[in-house]
Amino acid sequence: MTERIMTISSAWISSAVTSVAGATAQLRSTLGKPVVGTVLIYCLLPLLFVVSLFIGRYDVVPMHVIELLAAPVVNLLPEEIAHIYPVWTAAEENVIYQIRLPRVVAAVLVGAGLSMAGAAYQGLFKNPLVSPDILGVASGAGFGAALAILLSWNMAMIQISAFGFGILAVTITYLLSRFYRTTPTLILVLSGIIVAAFFTALISLTKYVADPYEKLPAITFWLMGSLASVRYSDLLMIVPFFLAATVALLLIRWRINLLAVGDDEARALGIDTKRMAQVIILCSTLITASAVCIAGIIGWVGLVVPHLGRMLVGPDYSKLLPACLLLGACYMLIIDDLARMLTSAEIPLGILTAIIGAPFFAYLLSRRSVGWI
Amino acid sequence: MDMILDVQQAGFRYDLKQMIFSEISFSLAEQEVLCILGPNGIGKSTLIRCLANLNPLCAGSIRLHDRDVRSLNHRDVAKIVGYVPQAHEIVFPFPVREFVLMGRAPHLELFSSPGKDDFAKADEAIDLVGIRKIADKPVNEISGGEYQLAMIARALAQEPEVLLLDEPTSHLDFGNQIRVLEIIDRLASNGLSVIMSSHFPDHAFLTSNNVAIMQHGSFMAYGLAEDVVTEENLKQTYGVEVSITYSHDVERQVCVPHKSGQCRCRDPHHPECLGAPVIVANTAK
Repeated sequence: MTERIMTISSAWISSAVTSVAGATAQLRSTLGKPVVGTVLIYCLLPLLFVVSLFIGRYDVVPMHVIELLAAPVVNLLPEEIAHIYPVWTAAEENVIYQIRLPRVVAAVLVGAGLSMAGAAYQGLFKNPLVSPDILGVASGAGFGAALAILLSWNMAMIQISAFGFGILAVTITYLLSRFYRTTPTLILVLSGIIVAAFFTALISLTKYVADPYEKLPAITFWLMGSLASVRYSDLLMIVPFFLAATVALLLIRWRINLLAVGDDEARALGIDTKRMAQVIILCSTLITASAVCIAGIIGWVGLVVPHLGRMLVGPDYSKLLPACLLLGACYMLIIDDLARMLTSAEIPLGILTAIIGAPFFAYLLSRRSVGWI
Repeated sequence: MDMILDVQQAGFRYDLKQMIFSEISFSLAEQEVLCILGPNGIGKSTLIRCLANLNPLCAGSIRLHDRDVRSLNHRDVAKIVGYVPQAHEIVFPFPVREFVLMGRAPHLELFSSPGKDDFAKADEAIDLVGIRKIADKPVNEISGGEYQLAMIARALAQEPEVLLLDEPTSHLDFGNQIRVLEIIDRLASNGLSVIMSSHFPDHAFLTSNNVAIMQHGSFMAYGLAEDVVTEENLKQTYGVEVSITYSHDVERQVCVPHKSGQCRCRDPHHPECLGAPVIVANTAK
């Protein structure tokens, strides 16, 4: 009976997988040539970056924002050539440099990182339905943060605990998968599900024992994700991991194509698939754990953006990974802008990414008649 | 003659219980086509995977140009041996050209992407198997025959000396089967050595020099097609009666299975088939 259910569910998954990939291909052809898409992506990010600095509760004169941004660069030149004299208020400078800039940079890093990690995992697992937390990193990090909040640790310790438990969860997943000697990628996913379930239960336990007036809301809000309190010190902590992992993924990006086609074929083409898998898992885990530890759990970005990328530039990872980097950054900037603008109180990011991401994904699925409905 | 591939006493098992095959020895010369026949599940695919260095042997040795494959890394082997697996589903819609381009991987450094030369070699391989028309189509939208050709093109882009094909004609219609075999034939006369497995004894006569029949975990027979593909051997391997005769129309040996039971042709020129079915003599079982 169990075996039967397994067969049915695997058929179900594979048909879902095919239909998503097919829908992506279809949409891609309707959106036109890859070149147009690439140009579009590259222009969008700088624009959104500046626009995002305009947005917020505190009104800053838009011209002042541009002057503030330009001043440090322009004022490096000799005063006779060009100089920007401060016309802005101290409060404006404070809001732009101390609050909005780190927040916008964090949105760029988190969006770009999660999208690249998601795309790399989708290739590694040959499955377009995979997201960066497939190996349990988000659940582990969530538990780390919840535990730290419960124990009244300070903000830095919460982040370190989240990061550490995120890495720990993936390490357990990886070691668990080594016990079984069957299809390596399939067993990795299953181990990931096991570990994620375990840490999710631990999160629930932490919430259950937490003080319902102070700690429980803090844990809950942390888990929903937010960039509101990001400071430069947070950025400094995660940037080294982000940069190292991003560069590593970009360097091996063409070879992810071979993994996406099949393990055996990749090995027959001379690829050390085990080493490749380890590198991808390490990079994606570092990126995701860093993202979660400063921003909380933000779902859907790593799942949806790679599909957007495939629509625009095709499935080839040498183009897809840079596209995901830029698109993910744009997507996260838009989401974070909406989080700030929509209501007077901030909407947690995890809620918005799902509210926008889920219908979009449903739309992707609806593009092709699905066999199992 | 210089042997490209030399297999001695090869044996393999997945677990400690049972050998999949053992004591297999053969060698492959330049331009030689070896066809491996045998019933389902006998280990033909496993043997080919071992030859492609995907599964390490448990016994014996495989030597490429007189060097043991165990002393070579995957990339070095991939420069000599091209592997065409059985067709399987691909999730992501890679265009055929990009798919073929992946064959260049063993010739690229770890952090590099394919360059102009690699694209040219991929296009060459695409032309060699004649799939230029579909070069921009996604691999998951082309037909089974085209996909098989795309996989062969990818292996050719590898510029190997030996091509291993795991049942290249399974799942293909009659016309595509013959087309794939013709391409294999052409590649062999261009200097490539080929090992392929097949379910059709007739394919052995169509393309190969040597044939091996795999049975009970070893080669039951190995040698020239005419000597190995005999009525007796096929009866023993597949448990069915066949006739092997020389056809003057096609100028080669052909292998035709006997029919068990009743003839249904109802051809007016065969009076014995008209109306009441007749039991054909020499029936199996």
